[in-house]
Amino acid sequence: MKLAYYPGCSANGSGIEYRMSMERTAKILGIELQELEDWNCCGATSGHNTEKILSLALPARNLAIAEKTGLSMLAPCAACYSRHRHTENVIQHDPEMKAKIEKVLDRELQGTSETLSVLDVLANKIGSDAIKEKVNQPLTTMKAACYYGCLLVRPVEETGWDDPEDPQTMDRIMTALGADAIDWSHKTECCGAALVTSRPDVGNRMLYRVLKDAKDSGAECIVSACPLCVLNLDMRQAAVEKEYGEKFDLPIYYVTELLAIACGDAYKTVGLDKHFVTADKYLDTVKARGVEARAAAEKAAQEAAAKAKEKGNKAKGKTAASSTEADPKKVAAFVTAFSKNPDKMAGKLIDDEAQAGILVSVLDDKKIAKLAKLMATDIEKAKKGAAAFVAAELKRQGDCQ
Amino acid sequence: MKLTPATESQKAFIARIEKESGTSVSLCYQCGKCTAGCPAAFAMDYPPRQVIRMLQLGMVDKALSVESIWICASCETCTARCPRGVDIASLMDAMRREALKQGKVTDKKVAAFNKAFLNGVKHFGRTYEAGLMLQYNLTTGQFLKDMGLGLPMMKRGKVGVLPETIKARDEVKKIFERAEKLGGEE
Repeated sequence: MKLAYYPGCSANGSGIEYRMSMERTAKILGIELQELEDWNCCGATSGHNTEKILSLALPARNLAIAEKTGLSMLAPCAACYSRHRHTENVIQHDPEMKAKIEKVLDRELQGTSETLSVLDVLANKIGSDAIKEKVNQPLTTMKAACYYGCLLVRPVEETGWDDPEDPQTMDRIMTALGADAIDWSHKTECCGAALVTSRPDVGNRMLYRVLKDAKDSGAECIVSACPLCVLNLDMRQAAVEKEYGEKFDLPIYYVTELLAIACGDAYKTVGLDKHFVTADKYLDTVKARGVEARAAAEKAAQEAAAKAKEKGNKAKGKTAASSTEADPKKVAAFVTAFSKNPDKMAGKLIDDEAQAGILVSVLDDKKIAKLAKLMATDIEKAKKGAAAFVAAELKRQGDCQ
Repeated sequence: MKLTPATESQKAFIARIEKESGTSVSLCYQCGKCTAGCPAAFAMDYPPRQVIRMLQLGMVDKALSVESIWICASCETCTARCPRGVDIASLMDAMRREALKQGKVTDKKVAAFNKAFLNGVKHFGRTYEAGLMLQYNLTTGQFLKDMGLGLPMMKRGKVGVLPETIKARDEVKKIFERAEKLGGEE
């Protein structure tokens, strides 16, 4: 895959680690990035706050350049993405405004550009399966709050690749990296954006609410794909903690940093040392916990196998196995239950929550069919089967390391 | 206050705002969903629903002078959730631009930030964050604001030493000039 690349103004300043990790992520996944020739600032919020035609003309100049490359344009910054996407929408649907933009630009526009967000590219164009294949340092046991903020998902008429109230793309990416994407309510709440600078009395409270909800929902870190969200949550977290008398200690990561690290990059390669809230210690903790979880799962699987063998030996004496044929209706019901509520079904087979999570992450049609059949005949056998699947996955993850 | 039918000039103003924002205030049936979801409503003098109501009633001057339009963070939650399809965020945007044109800015800090931001883009083609903060602090008289963050930012290599400039600076400058001219005509 080859994409035109619009780094945005924060890429060489406050969001430098986003640039580093974005470029590493592209390399790992085999995406070729071609930086847009002589790009200019999109005008951001200040542009559309001040002059409408200017706020459209600034991104339109970049789109005119992108059009000529014939490539779709990746804009990792959420604000840059939003401004370019909005301008594209205007160019395509408002001929009167398009003519005005062309007049201001003194350039002609074809209206063929396509701006893409990093989440759309990773989750929809590349896909979690392809990402999973590259993971060799899985983030097993990481509890991450996937934070989308405003401009990646709104307005849905212009973004359209995820749900604006409960988006899932980043959750899918994080799950593919082996992490646990927690459920929380502030996924798409505003971080305060520029208000954190211009009106800290308002902005800090908005920041506080996001941090607080993440913490209360059991998150141990926040993951984002927006340089302004990260800057606010990371750099100003200490000030918010002081103002509200509450300690959060939540490391803030770019999704691209975690992807590169899960695929074997060193922390420094993606700029983890540039964070304000210490970001490396938590990753070390995750790693240590992952090793423990894998060892425990292996032990449990071995014990279960030994137990089953013993039981099997005892049963051998008896004639005529009770019911080896599974009732197809029952099997079908279990298959439906698996696809509707995999977490609940996994919980029935495995007591350990982390291991049940691993089972859910590896379930495919074949595995579901097998487990459903076993559950319809013998729940103990189904439990064994589930444990074996988990053990196999953990072994695979271990081998990768 | 006494409510009277909107004058011709008030009606013309509302029609202009509606065209600018591409939405219609008369669609709103005052359910308040915009306000319920607004993450900045706690700090507003009049929440979004009431700002729309002012426009519906022709209270143009009042609507332009509320602080709320400068507290709006443009997060677009209101627009996403409006059951009547009113683009409230775009209306807020149009109101800010109108207040700016009429010199009715109630929050000078936000306006100063925007001005400093665009000034940088006009001259360099890109945003220079360090220069932006410096200019913003100077023009608003907050000389020591965020000083504690400057050094840590530099230590982490998060402050460019010099502003990045693009080759087509003249082209960008001309875009600004033509946009100002065209915007002024409307």
